Amino acid sequence: MSLALISSMLILSFNYATPIIVAALGGIYAERSGVTNIGIEGMMVIGAFVAAAFVPLFESQLGGVTPWIAIVLGTIAGGIYSLIHAYISIDLRGDQIISGTALNMLSVGIAVYFTQIIFGMQRTQTFNRGISKVNVPILKDIPILGDLLFMRIYPTFFLSLALVVITWFVLFKTRFGLRLRACGEHPSAVDSVGVSVRKMRYIGVILSGLLAGLAGGIMVLSQSTQFTAFSIHGVGFIALASLIFGRWNPWGVLGAGIFFGFSQIFTVYANDFAFLRSVPNEFFFMMPYVFTILAMLLFSRRSVAPKAVGEPYDVSKR
Amino acid sequence: MKRYLALLLVVILFAVSCTPAGTAEDHIGGADPEAPKVKLGLVTDTGGIDDKSFNQGTWEGLVAYKVGAKLEEENVKFLQSTSDADYIPNLTTLAEEGMDLVVAPGFLFEDAIKQFSTDFPEQKILFIDAAVDAPNVMNAVFAEHEGSYLVGVAAALKAQEAGKNKVGFIGGADFELIQKFEAGFEQGVKAIAPEMEIVIQYATAFDKPEEGQTLASKMYDDGVYVIYHAAGGTGNGAIKEAKDRRENEEDVWIIGVDKDQYEDGIYSGGDVESAILTSMIKRVDLAAYRAAQAVADGTFEGGTVEYKIKDEGVGIPAENPNLTDEWVNTINEYKDKIAGGEITVDPVPSRVK
Repeated sequence: MSLALISSMLILSFNYATPIIVAALGGIYAERSGVTNIGIEGMMVIGAFVAAAFVPLFESQLGGVTPWIAIVLGTIAGGIYSLIHAYISIDLRGDQIISGTALNMLSVGIAVYFTQIIFGMQRTQTFNRGISKVNVPILKDIPILGDLLFMRIYPTFFLSLALVVITWFVLFKTRFGLRLRACGEHPSAVDSVGVSVRKMRYIGVILSGLLAGLAGGIMVLSQSTQFTAFSIHGVGFIALASLIFGRWNPWGVLGAGIFFGFSQIFTVYANDFAFLRSVPNEFFFMMPYVFTILAMLLFSRRSVAPKAVGEPYDVSKR
Repeated sequence: MKRYLALLLVVILFAVSCTPAGTAEDHIGGADPEAPKVKLGLVTDTGGIDDKSFNQGTWEGLVAYKVGAKLEEENVKFLQSTSDADYIPNLTTLAEEGMDLVVAPGFLFEDAIKQFSTDFPEQKILFIDAAVDAPNVMNAVFAEHEGSYLVGVAAALKAQEAGKNKVGFIGGADFELIQKFEAGFEQGVKAIAPEMEIVIQYATAFDKPEEGQTLASKMYDDGVYVIYHAAGGTGNGAIKEAKDRRENEEDVWIIGVDKDQYEDGIYSGGDVESAILTSMIKRVDLAAYRAAQAVADGTFEGGTVEYKIKDEGVGIPAENPNLTDEWVNTINEYKDKIAGGEITVDPVPSRVK
């Protein structure tokens, strides 16, 4: 097995994993604050749509920075969209699963409605300037590792790594993180010391929406040439799975995301390994999903979900 | 936890859709202004009338006929579908308005046409890109293997010039229709360079760009120089990969499908450079035009019509900025040979036989 092959596989896995990691990190904020976020998929769709719609409209005026502005706008759009979920699940104390599911279903409808208005078709116009691969200066010259990790890679992967570190720091090293986590474990205790559970949960959900929007933008701008109703197709749910698989921990999410990415890539590369060649291809197509279910079975019992996740906080029941 | 499991199962059910496409203007003509005035109706699929693809191409064909035959504006119309559930109501509306011909572009209409053709046995129907067996339905299908042969020739010529010996094919899903693309491409490449290696990869769906990107990336890493994709939305990922690599000064190419995808391949926001070498186009406009003509002439009949190279039904775009004139001439020679019956393109790839 050659180094070039390993390098190809790793880089592709990272590319696949990037949106999964970013969206799952968002999920951590929401769920650690006590709000289940099934709506990640929908928030990604909104982020992807806004980012992909912005690029073809402005790329000729703005040039090379267009995709970066686009993902910032996608991020903001995801955050705004998540307010619906926050309002329903925090203020109205509605069922968080239903709210999230509704957001998922609504998202494609909204996106396609606007593409119809803006572009007169059910997808965005194809864009010319997406996020492109880069060779990282200096680091690419490190022997072996340089070729493996720093050649022809999407810069967004490094962004996702930075977000992992930031999330870890915020959650476990700051007062804000402690309060956020406490809201997901024992909201009445947080309330009793004068911290607003409502505010913390709003922040958690909005952060989740922002990151999901970012993930959607990254996904469409680095992997495709336009936004369609199928652009996200379930990656938000894979992110949810990574969140559980990664045990609500940023490092765990990083590992889970790369694992899911790698298992997807492996389906494509399986035929390159002589001893696997006799196995029908369909078997490998099935593997990521089988792994997901197995992981669920193995980890769910020892799962460390925030205790109060999914329960609306009701002061009168304190 | 159960609900997560249930949701994960939902993920698995997320899939399957295909995006066919194609437009152009030439080789249309012969509408007789004296012919009986017919009323023509089109129902779009959910892609909308301006999809730069099947809906738009079909509509352009009908409009070209309208102009040529001097039909009244209101006698040629379309109804847009916003979901699959609109197909039958839209078709029915047009039938009840007394349209002489109702057109349905794209295989998504298959079930609707089965139903509709029995509900309105007297209604003349044109169904594009798939076939329903009914006496009142004219099915227009395309000889994709013949068109793919031409882009195979283009790929091989380009690779030879660059001194490369590998080209590739990405299919959206491994079944008979997509194998026709593979077969034609394979034979076209072999016609120019019998020793050239052809790497074949199939994706699992037509709507997963990242899978197309992965497949393309793997192929390019393996030394493939030109990829031909027949994979709809999945192919968009392959195009993205080719663009990214070209931006990084890597010399690789991709060939588009169904319509002229040149614009989709433009990178760096420039307006000249595209990663699309050429495209294999299907002339749905021609199919619509000819069917309208047949209705007016009274020659319309049910059954399947295959649009081949000799009808100009499949081919490469009129403009190919990334091909030299010399190559275009060579491609045209092969085109004439196929049209003249000198070369027969087999729709079955060698790997399947």
